[in-house]
Amino acid sequence: MKIVALSGSKVGSKTKTAMNYTVKSLKEKHPGADVTLIDLADYDIQFSDGRNYLEYEGDTNFVAQTIMEADIIMIGTPIFQASIPATLKNIFDLLPINAFQDKVVSIVVTAGSSKHYLIAEQQLKPILAYMQAQIIQKYVFIEEKDFYRNEITSDDVLFRIDRLIEDTILLAETYRKIREEKESAYGF
Amino acid sequence: MEKYRIDPSKGLEFGLYTLGDHISDPHTGKRISAEQRIHEIIELARLAEQAGIDFFSVGESHQEYFTTQAHSVVLAAIAQATSKIKIASSSTIISTLDPVRVYEDFGTIDLISKGRAEIIAGRASRVGLFDLLGYDLRDYEELYEEKFELLLEINKNEVVNWSGQFRAPLNNAKVIPRPTEGSLPIWRAVGGAPASAIKAGYAGVPMFLAMLGGPATSFKRSIDAFREAASQSGYNPAELPISTAGFFYAAETTQQAQQEYYPYINEGMKLTNGRGYPKQHFAQGADPRDVMNIGSPQQIIEKILYQHEVFGHQRYIGQMDFGGVPFEKLKKNIELIGTEILPAIKKHTAKK
Repeated sequence: MKIVALSGSKVGSKTKTAMNYTVKSLKEKHPGADVTLIDLADYDIQFSDGRNYLEYEGDTNFVAQTIMEADIIMIGTPIFQASIPATLKNIFDLLPINAFQDKVVSIVVTAGSSKHYLIAEQQLKPILAYMQAQIIQKYVFIEEKDFYRNEITSDDVLFRIDRLIEDTILLAETYRKIREEKESAYGF
Repeated sequence: MEKYRIDPSKGLEFGLYTLGDHISDPHTGKRISAEQRIHEIIELARLAEQAGIDFFSVGESHQEYFTTQAHSVVLAAIAQATSKIKIASSSTIISTLDPVRVYEDFGTIDLISKGRAEIIAGRASRVGLFDLLGYDLRDYEELYEEKFELLLEINKNEVVNWSGQFRAPLNNAKVIPRPTEGSLPIWRAVGGAPASAIKAGYAGVPMFLAMLGGPATSFKRSIDAFREAASQSGYNPAELPISTAGFFYAAETTQQAQQEYYPYINEGMKLTNGRGYPKQHFAQGADPRDVMNIGSPQQIIEKILYQHEVFGHQRYIGQMDFGGVPFEKLKKNIELIGTEILPAIKKHTAKK
């Protein structure tokens, strides 16, 4: 199973820190999994101009293709100006309609204020649903106070991330079985 | 309709089209040479003519996994190899070509073929050719509109006075050779959506409507929008032919047709578009109300007749060679078309 952990911002360290832990924990619990961490801060990605994702060059092409080849995408996002960052929205804009069909997507949110809790629910999930993702409904919401010097200091947060990973893998495996069963019934 | 060389009394025209894709057969992993693929396309047109098929067209795609970039050259070879079948481009990407050169080419193909050439002008669904041929993707819409207008202008007048944004002006420019009947049927290629169909209606030109899959009644909205827009712009919709285009594959039974064609469509789409064809949608395609003409000859006949009833169109063209389908299978399809499908369609749609 191919897993992409996406750190959706070029700003700050919290989302990156959360995704680093997510990847570390994923690898420990699922040593066989093919995990790629994409931190958008490491890439030079152009804005979507509407072309098919295969037709982009360089970093843009690499990131779009890697995401499209994944079975699971764990998205880490900060909240900026009461929304998801433009860098993350641009990734969605680069991809085709229904890009997340047959993919499981789960969410880790970092935020400066607890007042941002519902933003992923109201702004990120509708995008993922439109793109046909199988969404892990419960996401992990992490606040400023849970970080200290690029580490997560709250065991509760670590436990919640671990549970998110379990739920993500469980849904992906289950969904794959359901899909295989359904597709074999078509007879073509 | 006459202007577009269509005689409605003869019933629905049936054609085949290829995008000229050049893809390995997913069953064997082997890809034939570009030379062989091009020769097979020419041979396919010849066999189509023998089977009584009305129309054959070739598209241009400037990207990996395609081989008919110089589609007008391939069409010239087909013109020489055949004598009755209508031949056209599906599509010519007019946005990134010079309409004068396109007209010279197709005027010549019309002379070689003795009056059988047509142009279907499109805008490209993939955009690699903008870089390749030196155009800016940001001019996508305007390049198409301006050059399509110029193409129509050249078709109307042998001597052209014209100026625009994307090409040097033409002052009393004579564009020759002229086609056999003085002008060519020029169609506007339209994707599924009504918004695109309306533009063909505004221009009062015939429309080629691409339909991958979905209920016929959904595509009917685009056809209605086209006719309404044409009417509002002062054209008579009854004089503007409509053609539809979509997947086609016949085998003894519908299940066999699905089994045979699905891997080609799925793998071919993965390579050219980056996403396969969802099985659920493909399965639904067998429904009599869906436009995907994949099935037994009887099922295809019923579907095409149903579509004709809904659309009232003049031509249908099918794409059966997508994704590396081996030539033997294509020949088998042509045989089923010629012996079973075509006679039934003509019988039911020709005006006695």
